[in-house]
Order: sequence, then structure tokens, then C-alpha cells
Amino acid sequence: MNLPLLLTLFWSFFKVGLFSFGGGYAMIPLMESEIITRYSWLSPSEFIDIIAIAETTPGPIAINSATYVGYQIAGLTGSAAATIGVVAPSLLILLALGTFLVKAVQHPRIEPALRGLRPAIIALILLAAISLGKTALVDRATVAIAALLFLLAIRFRANPFYLIIAGAILGLIFYPR
Amino acid sequence: MGNKISFLRLLLTFLKIGAFTFGGGYAILPIIQEEIVHRQKWVDTDDFMDILVITQSLPGPLALNCSLIIGQRLRGTTGGLVAALGIILPSFLIILLLAAFLLPLIRDSRLVQAIFYGLRPAVVALVVTAAWSLGQEFLKDRFALALFLVLVTGSLLFRLHPVLLLALGGLAGLLWSKKG
Repeated sequence: MNLPLLLTLFWSFFKVGLFSFGGGYAMIPLMESEIITRYSWLSPSEFIDIIAIAETTPGPIAINSATYVGYQIAGLTGSAAATIGVVAPSLLILLALGTFLVKAVQHPRIEPALRGLRPAIIALILLAAISLGKTALVDRATVAIAALLFLLAIRFRANPFYLIIAGAILGLIFYPR
Repeated sequence: MGNKISFLRLLLTFLKIGAFTFGGGYAILPIIQEEIVHRQKWVDTDDFMDILVITQSLPGPLALNCSLIIGQRLRGTTGGLVAALGIILPSFLIILLLAAFLLPLIRDSRLVQAIFYGLRPAVVALVVTAAWSLGQEFLKDRFALALFLVLVTGSLLFRLHPVLLLALGGLAGLLWSKKG
């Protein structure tokens, strides 16, 4: 067991958990900066495949990706270290604040900060899309698949799971031979 | 809420939600609402709305935060931990099985390559969709829109770290509220 590596994994995913506001997609840029840029644990295409797998399996995306990345890098103990890391900030904050939380969120300074945080979260999600797009959109067929599924998603408010399944089917049809 | 909900029931309820809900946080929250508010009637709708506000204001996975708060309201700290365990465990085990046994066997097959060729643009579409629908909801006034554009441009030009982006956003919100 490689303890320094496990601690690095834990700390990396602790940061991802601590600074992820607004759900799974907003944490993609932070995960990229830790996993790809900083430690080179995965290549960009391995990373996007993990996001795809995390979308196709049940449960929160952040936990799915942490488990997967942890396993790829350091096996069973790695997946435990990364998963505990990503959930630890939530556990600590909620258990420490407890019932004071409702009052804290309604604090006069929190509300305006959140007002500025929301555009930042949306910016992060768009940046995630741009950077994933560089890896995913490699030819005309992949651009068309992304555009089609985006239109379906905003038109019919489809559950992400079905869009992922549609993507898999389109991939089987249009994969260049 | 007359009689206390047992830890076992709490665990089983959240295990079920964790094991059968696909599509990440925004897909899980309505399922939690259905189960906890409408079926089990453990929390009423008003309380659940408060819980959602807290869930979305805190860092961390949405589904995890929501489960933690509900568990904590029902059975205190231990209840929060039990609910969290319920939501984490299915994800963890399913991904572990996939990563350890299934994917190494099939990864190099042409079929799987073709599937991932289509999955990748699908992920891009999903992420753009998330930005699009959040944008429609929250980028309504000029302040929000301008801040969004500045942050995106700044980040593309100078590769700002994601945490710096969040800090700048929060700071801009505070300054703007003082001015207005």
C-alpha cells in the first residue's frame, strides 16, 4: 500500500468536494485541474470516459468519478481514499453546523455571495463543456451527435441517463470503420 | 412525526435511492422528494424546500448533502451518517465492480470503442445542457450576465483556477450588494 499516494488522492478529492458548488458538472474543471493537469493521473480521453461511465451508473456523479479514478490510480484502497475525500467536506460541514445551517444560509452576507457564485458556477460548467468538447468532438459525426442530443435535451427535458444511452447507440451506428 | 424512524429503515430507503437513480444530482433530488415527502411522509414540502436551498448553497455532491440533512433532521448526527452511507454505498460498489472486473475485459473490444465514441459527445451535450438551463434560470439580470461573461472570457484567456473563479464570483456578489 502506497500511503503517500493514498493521502494525495484523498487530499485531491477533498479539495474537489470542498470547492464544488452546484452539483457534479461544476466540479469537472476542478477534477481536470487535479487529475489531468497537476498529477497526470489520467489522459483527457480516459477522463471523459469516466464521466460517461459515472453518468450511466446510478448515484451521484462526483462519488462515481471519485471511486473510478481512485481505483484506476491505486486499486481498492485508492477508490476508498478518493471517495472518502470527496464526501468528507459535506460530512464535516453538515455535522459541525447541524441545525444552525438554516440560519447560516439566511445570513445577510451569504445571500449576496451566492448571487455572485451562481454565474461563476455556470461559467465553470460551460468551461467544462468546452474542455470536454476538445476531446470528444473529433469529427463531423461526433459534432452532429452532440448537437442533436443537446437539442433533444433542451426540447424534451430528457433524463441524462436516456441521452447517454442514445449517445451509445449513435456511437455504434456512426463509429468510423 | 410521532414514532422514530429506525436507522435500518433510513439506511434501506437511501440505499434504494442510491442504487436505482440514474443521471446524477439533479435527477436524484426529485426522487428523494418523491420518496421522503410523498411516500414516507417524513418531511413536509415546505421543509423539503428549505433543505433544497441549504443543499444547493453548500459545497459537495447535491444528493449527498440532501440525504445528510434529511437523515440529520430525522435521527440526529447518526441519522445523517446512516443516510449518507445509504447514498454512497451503491455508487461505490457498482463502480468498483465495473472498474475491477467488467471494463478491463471489454475495454479493448471494437464494440466498446464504438460505444465510447458516441458517449463522449453525449457527455458534452449533457454538460452544455446543464449550463444552458442554469443560465436561463440564473442569468436573468445584467449583473449576473456580465459577471458570467467576464469569468468565462477571463478563464479562457488566462486559465484561471476553478477555485479562483468561484472566489471572484462570490466577491463580486458581495461588492455589488454593497453598492446597490
